[in-house]
Amino acid sequence: MHDRSSSGLHLLHDTESSKTVNPQDLPFTVQGMTVAYHHKPVLWGVSYSAPKGCLTAIIGPNGAGKSTFLKAALGLIPKLSGDTKVFGAPIEKVLKRIAYVPQRSAVDWDFPATAIDVVLMGLYGQIGWFRWPSRKHRQKAMDCLKSVGMQDFANRQIGQLSGGQQQRVFLARALAQDSEVYLMDEPFAGVDAATEKAIVAVLRQLVADGKTVLVVHHDLETVRDYYSHILLLNGQHVADGPVETTFTAENLQKAYGGRLASTQLDGLSEASNA
Amino acid sequence: MEQFFAALTLSAGYNTALVCIGAALLGAASGAIGVFVLLRKRTLISDAVSHATLPGVALAFIIAQVYFDSGRSLPVLLFGAALSAGIGVLAVDWIKTHTRLTEDAAIGTVLSTFFAVGMVLLTIIQSMSIAGQAGLEGFLLGATSGMLKSEALTISVAAALVGLAVVLRMKEFSLLCFDESFAAACGYNVRWLDRTLLLLLLGIVVIGLKTVGLVLIIALAIIPPVAARFWTDRVPVLVAIAAGIGASGSYIGAALSASAPNMPTGGLIVLVLFSFFVVSLLISPVRGILAAALKHYRFQRIVHLRQGLLAIAHDEPVLEPLTRSILRRGGFMGGDGQPTVKGQSEARLIERDQKLWNLYREMHPEESHALADWSLKPIGEVLPADTVRVLEQELSPHVVRGGETSKGGAV
Repeated sequence: MHDRSSSGLHLLHDTESSKTVNPQDLPFTVQGMTVAYHHKPVLWGVSYSAPKGCLTAIIGPNGAGKSTFLKAALGLIPKLSGDTKVFGAPIEKVLKRIAYVPQRSAVDWDFPATAIDVVLMGLYGQIGWFRWPSRKHRQKAMDCLKSVGMQDFANRQIGQLSGGQQQRVFLARALAQDSEVYLMDEPFAGVDAATEKAIVAVLRQLVADGKTVLVVHHDLETVRDYYSHILLLNGQHVADGPVETTFTAENLQKAYGGRLASTQLDGLSEASNA
Repeated sequence: MEQFFAALTLSAGYNTALVCIGAALLGAASGAIGVFVLLRKRTLISDAVSHATLPGVALAFIIAQVYFDSGRSLPVLLFGAALSAGIGVLAVDWIKTHTRLTEDAAIGTVLSTFFAVGMVLLTIIQSMSIAGQAGLEGFLLGATSGMLKSEALTISVAAALVGLAVVLRMKEFSLLCFDESFAAACGYNVRWLDRTLLLLLLGIVVIGLKTVGLVLIIALAIIPPVAARFWTDRVPVLVAIAAGIGASGSYIGAALSASAPNMPTGGLIVLVLFSFFVVSLLISPVRGILAAALKHYRFQRIVHLRQGLLAIAHDEPVLEPLTRSILRRGGFMGGDGQPTVKGQSEARLIERDQKLWNLYREMHPEESHALADWSLKPIGEVLPADTVRVLEQELSPHVVRGGETSKGGAV
């Protein structure tokens, strides 16, 4: 289960010959994206194509623009240049094929809703205007809560859930969307170990089902265990590819500069050096 | 008093009955839209909207009076109000997006400027000595006494339409208020949803000008949802309760005003609404003050009970009188101060639960500190089953061979 080297190599092959790949097969492609806040560039000319059916970590130091990358790609914040294609189509035309999990801190959890209410929000797009969730939709939302181990908390007010439980609810909402591409902003931030395990299990299941998953990730120590691919950012594109060949001391040094002690770097990438 | 009850039971004449029904519909619709204004945290902008209506009303009056000699036509005045309120909202929007000023600064500037323009225009109208200007002050504080049947009908129909629109858009508005970026990522046009929300609010403000007046109309959109929030944690219920409070408050206020024509209708309605707010604040079982006090009392008892039982489990004496009396009343401690059989078995359960909680704090300090119920409830009621299982697995070796591990650790 941990060993993804075969699929990773296979995909490496795919991306290397990407000139011959049909753009309709590329789940998520960003070209030359530049974002600035008040004339200060946060992302500079980032181009990237996510490997299909893989679990990819977006890593980089604080302020590297990891969350910004996802938000700008989705069109949630204005960008100066660059466009995003999903299976060959402009992203704004195919938002239904994408599920986005925002940072947990982005919302006010005192909002009057229960866990299942939040998951149902993931189905609003399917329910459509002027209509209400049916029994079928509730059942589906319940199934999604079950897959993140939250079925017993369906009717709990969301403000009374712990941070890990809130994150699971967010994940369940994304699952309800039944998308092909999942973009997640720091789903592991401030969650307990059991939640982390539950989330990893869900991510692996998604990939096993052929979905493409991109996760903004903070903890370098778990990158090797959880992911098959990485995208390394530091305001610019540093490197991307399979963990085995890309998660190296050299690349990390490029992204983090002096912010990582050399001993840390040795520890993190020893497997690839060995 | 008699007149008040007559108005309340819709038997004080056809006109009064119509005015009261119109006010009730207005209150229901504004309560419903107010829920989302509150949840979107934009209660301030509604104040800007209402104050920005004044120059529109005054200008519409002047134009209608000079050119058509019919300055008091309600639809014309309301059209003017809507137009200038719309310009006010756009001005706030423009300042917010094109400068570094925050929304509240933009609102403060626009609100006072528009209101000042309106006041100047009102003074000019007064000096023009035209007939029929007497009704204009009614737009400031609300006056239903001289309301025509057609005016009351217009208000009723418009309010019903706005209320219906809010209910039909409830799903999307909830999504917008809870998680804007998720809504945008789902393909909803957030800007447009926001505009719809503001447009409906603007509609309510304009419709309510005549009844409640522009200074107080905003209370009609804010107080009902704030009061309703004490009673529920679900959006649809919140909308229903807010609409109910808005409707009954406005209805009673309008009836009061019918029995005392010299009193400003807006003020009476807001005072009635405020009384709903105070009652909710005090007695709501969900979020009310009394419920919170009761909760605190129970909380204190739970803490004492748990600490008493833990003391029993550790064979420590229980000294605090409150703890002793709680233990005795629960049958955990006999009159002699010794634990009962029931007390001992309960103490063992609590001890195990506490160990799990302590372990949880050790393993996830951040999470457990954020958790309100840490060590207050049985751990299985608070944490998901898989988390508890991990803790139990972690705990069991220590329990089964506690002596051995400590020996092993020393080696």
